[in-house]
Amino acid sequence: MRLITALLATMAMQLALAGDAPADLPRDAAISGLAFLTEETKALQHDDFANPGLLWVDRGRALFNQKAGKASCRSCHADELAGVFVRYPAVEASSGQLITVNDRINRCRSRQQGLPPLAPAADELLALSMFVAAQSRGEPYAVSIDGNARLHFERGRAYFFTRRGQLNLACHQCHDQNWGKKLRGDTISQGQPTAFPGYRMEWQSAGSLHRRIQDCDAGVRAQPLQQGADEYKALELYLAWRAGSLPVESPGVRR
Amino acid sequence: MPAIERRRFLQLITALACAGLWRGAIASEEDAERAIVEVFGMRGVEDGPVTVTIPPISENGYTVPLKVEVDSPMTEQDHVRSIGIFAEENPIAHIATFELGPHAGKAVVETRIRLGGSGRVRAVAELSDGRLIGGYDFSIVTLAACVV
Amino acid sequence: MNGIRLSVPASATRDEVIQVKAMIQHDMESGYRRDQVGQRIPRNILKHFECFYGDQRVFHAELNPGVAANPFFSFFTRATDSAELLFRWTDQHGQTWTASRFLEVTDG
Repeated sequence: MRLITALLATMAMQLALAGDAPADLPRDAAISGLAFLTEETKALQHDDFANPGLLWVDRGRALFNQKAGKASCRSCHADELAGVFVRYPAVEASSGQLITVNDRINRCRSRQQGLPPLAPAADELLALSMFVAAQSRGEPYAVSIDGNARLHFERGRAYFFTRRGQLNLACHQCHDQNWGKKLRGDTISQGQPTAFPGYRMEWQSAGSLHRRIQDCDAGVRAQPLQQGADEYKALELYLAWRAGSLPVESPGVRR
Repeated sequence: MPAIERRRFLQLITALACAGLWRGAIASEEDAERAIVEVFGMRGVEDGPVTVTIPPISENGYTVPLKVEVDSPMTEQDHVRSIGIFAEENPIAHIATFELGPHAGKAVVETRIRLGGSGRVRAVAELSDGRLIGGYDFSIVTLAACVV
Repeated sequence: MNGIRLSVPASATRDEVIQVKAMIQHDMESGYRRDQVGQRIPRNILKHFECFYGDQRVFHAELNPGVAANPFFSFFTRATDSAELLFRWTDQHGQTWTASRFLEVTDG
C-alpha cells in the first residue's frame, strides 16, 4: 500500500511540475562536462601525474591495501573491484534499500572488517570511493532502473524536474533546456556526473557527487541536504542512467 | 572595470580590511614592482628570453597552471640563479621564487598558482652575471556562473 | 595525512637532463578565506619545497599564499651519479614532510 501511495505521489509530483510530461535529455545526446572546460583543465584531468584527484586515489589505494579490523579490502578483492563502481547506485537485495558505493564500502567495513562506518563526508571514505571509481575509469554506467530500482529512479527524476530554491529553478531548466548557452562567463553543461568523485578547483579539493549536488542546490539558493541523503541517492541513480554511454572519468577535474 | 572583476576586487578588499593582514591596497603594477625590488633589490629588469605561459582564460582563479622558461645555456659561466613569479592582481604580488643553478640543465619550471583577478603574471630571472631579465603573460580570470 | 606523488625517471645516463615532478596534498590555506560563519581561516601554508640530489640541493621553491593548493612542481636537473633524490616540504610552522626516490645513473 505504501509503495503504491509513494508511486502515485511521485507521478502526481511529476505532473505538477512544468505542466506537460517532462522530457529527459536523450541519452544518446549526453555530453560530458569535460567538453565545457578550457584546454588547460582538460589536460589536467588527463595528466596521469598531476591530476590532483590522484592524491586521493593514492590514499584510497593505501587504505584498500591496509589491514584494518579483521582484514584488508585487498584480501577479498584481489581484482581491486574493477568495473564495480558503474553498477551503483543499486538496490540491495537483502534490505530493498538503494545503496551507493559509499554505503557498500561501509557495509563491508562493518560486516567483513568489524569496523564502524565512515561518515558520509569523511575524507577516508572519499579516498576509498575515488580508488574504487578510478578502477572503472573509461567504463559507462551500468545501473538498473527496473524492478525495485524503478521507484528510486522516479524519485530521482522527480528531484531533477522540481523547481527549488529562491531562484526557483529545476535542474532540468539549466541542464536539459539551456545547456550550451552562456550563464555569465560560464557555458552551462548538461550536469553529467561522470567526473565525480573528483577534484573541483572551487573546493581546492576532491569531493563526492553528493557534495557537487549540494553546491548545485546552494547555487539556486535552496537548502542543501546532507551527503548521503535519500534524495541525493535517488538523484544519483537518475543521473547515472541519464548519462547514457558516457564513460566514468573519475578522478575528474572540474572548475 | 567589468562587474565580475569589481566584485572580486571588493571581496578581496573587504577580506583584507577585516583580516588584519593589511599590506596596502590590492596589488597592482606598482606593488608588483615593489615586490620585485624586495626580492631582487634595486636592479632594473631588462627584457630577455623569459617566457611565461598561463591560460588566456583561467576558469577558476584557485588553480592556474604556470610554466616559466628562460632560454639559457645553464653553464657555470652563464646560467639562471633564480626566477621570481609576481602576479599584479594578487593581494601578495610575490607568489614564489625558484632557485636553480647550472646543475639544473634547463631553466624550465612548472607549477600551479592562484590568481586574484585578471591581469599580468611576471617572471623575473636573476642571471649568473647579476642581471635581471623578465617576461610576462596575461590571464582573464572568470568567476563561476553559480556562485556558491 | 598528506599524500605525496613523485615522478623521477627510473634511470638516466650521465649528464642527461631529466624532468622531475612532485606534488603534495596540502590546503595551502591562504589566510584570505572565511568559513561558514564568516570567521577568517588562519593562514597555513607550505613555505619551502626542496629537492636534494645526493648532498646537493638542486631545486628550492620559496612559497607564498599565491601558490595553489596541492602544490605541484616540475623542474629539471642534470643526472650525475646514482644517488637518492630527497624531497622536503616545510610549512610556516617548521613542520616537514619528506619522500625520496633513488635515481640510477648509467654511463650508457
